[in-house]
Amino acid sequence: MNDLSTLTVHELQAGFRRGDFTPLEALESLENAISSRDPQIGAYLSRDFETARAAAASADILLPLGGVPIAIKDAINVQGEPCRCASKMLENFISPYDATVISKLRAAGAIPFGRLNMDEFAMGSSTENSAFQKTRNPWDTGRIPGGSSGGSAASVASRTAFASLGSDTGGSIRQPAALCGVVGLKPSYGRVSRYGLVAFASSLDQIGPLARTTRDCASLMNILAGKDSRDSTSLDLPAEDFTAALGRDLRGVKLGIPKEYFVDGMDTRVRSRVEAAIAHCESQGAELIEVSLPHTAYAVGVYYIIATAEASANLARFDGVRYGHRADHPRDLLDHYMRSREEGFGSEVKRRIILGTYVLSSGYYDAYYLRAQKVRTLIRRDFEQAFEKVDALVCPTSPDLAFRIGERTDDPLRMYLADIFTIATNLAGICGLSVPCGFVEENGRSLPVGMQFLGRALDETRLLGIADAYERSCGLDFARALPK
Amino acid sequence: MSNPSLDVRDVARLARIELNDAEVATFQEQLGRVLGYVEQLNALDVSGVEPTAHANPVFNVLRVDESRAGLDRRDALKNAPRVANNLVVVTKVIDQ
Repeated sequence: MNDLSTLTVHELQAGFRRGDFTPLEALESLENAISSRDPQIGAYLSRDFETARAAAASADILLPLGGVPIAIKDAINVQGEPCRCASKMLENFISPYDATVISKLRAAGAIPFGRLNMDEFAMGSSTENSAFQKTRNPWDTGRIPGGSSGGSAASVASRTAFASLGSDTGGSIRQPAALCGVVGLKPSYGRVSRYGLVAFASSLDQIGPLARTTRDCASLMNILAGKDSRDSTSLDLPAEDFTAALGRDLRGVKLGIPKEYFVDGMDTRVRSRVEAAIAHCESQGAELIEVSLPHTAYAVGVYYIIATAEASANLARFDGVRYGHRADHPRDLLDHYMRSREEGFGSEVKRRIILGTYVLSSGYYDAYYLRAQKVRTLIRRDFEQAFEKVDALVCPTSPDLAFRIGERTDDPLRMYLADIFTIATNLAGICGLSVPCGFVEENGRSLPVGMQFLGRALDETRLLGIADAYERSCGLDFARALPK
Repeated sequence: MSNPSLDVRDVARLARIELNDAEVATFQEQLGRVLGYVEQLNALDVSGVEPTAHANPVFNVLRVDESRAGLDRRDALKNAPRVANNLVVVTKVIDQ
């Protein structure tokens, strides 16, 4: 049996339909890949092969994603599976229901499979905040895979998943996708139902796909998107084919280059790879236009007020009563709450709940939270004005290469600044996609660099078309590029 | 760098999180630096700017008022740390 784990979703489905191999054989390839490679990477927290095998054996390959296993971030509920958000707080939690995206995947014939590591409650940029294990970057196992969807990116990069689901609140799909050399899409706010995604910051969170090609991300979006009566923020829009703009070229595409995204302090090697990729877009007929997003420098500050404020409210539900960790022998109710939350949450989660509680507290609300919401308006307007002139923006996804494990764990502010190029997307509610655009050699290792395309709210189809045109013409076969 | 207006121990109590002395000291320093960084927002004039609470201006989302099946009681109780007589057991609230 050939190793099928290196195939894209598109190739896998073509193989099923030609009768070259079956979904069960594809799953067995994945099992072998996980057994041999995941011990070094640590992308999976758990996996249930038996249930997946039963689903693969009866898969209908004519359905849109028939027989395709999709690995799932540990923040998304899959009935009967653990959903721990990489937190001790939910160590024993088993999902009693499917998230809407999971119901949709099942209806499309896909096989939701495995639980992928993440930063606890999606708070982090390196997956080092998981309460259970480290995940290593497949390109250099001494480095982090990015975060918070680090397992989602590392599994796709190390060929232990064909595609995965992640969630993105301030860059948690795009930044790990960039650092692991895969494609990751954060859909516009309201595109995809958040029902069944454990809430972090409800005005920013969005579920999205990670895969080895833009085409695969587009195919997944066709299934994931849509109005859901269980998420009142999901938008009621006509059905859309997100693959409709694939296969085109870049002629006449107007790409905006936000000057604030090419700053001193970023890794000059990252900058030169992205600039070379942008020059390639121009050689393919794209028109480059410099634009300005003048409030970019404020995005991280706004984010760490708004996201922590929303998190402090969302995570109030973890009270050790209906589910989650409960401290032993509480003296009284206050002691029950305080010790259950002390024991269940890790440091970063506590830090953010405390910050969020503070910025919402009486006397500080106007100075912090209200002001941040107003600056959020200015950041949104920056994008609206830029999109009057261009079809999409193009910029680096992360200012740095994957950093070394442990390098930033004692410096939260420095860790927060890793998201400087991704955060504004969520604040503005627009869509963004990271695609690999080159490598930097360091100490004998190739480390991937990601380039980000940002599009208007609800303009995913065009965005995917632009990224696909870049990917096919750039001469780097990322779907084939394998970590050593 | 510390922030004089932030009292981590007090805020942690509001947030119902017990912290030990070492955590209080670490968080006081780290969050002081984060708040110092956030001070840059004060440089902007935001008078007359409407706050953005949500990415999409969606209001009053309604659906038909009809009953739907919820979680089965047994399933809903499966994850509760303490259960008795098909009910969640809570820590005593009222002093005797």
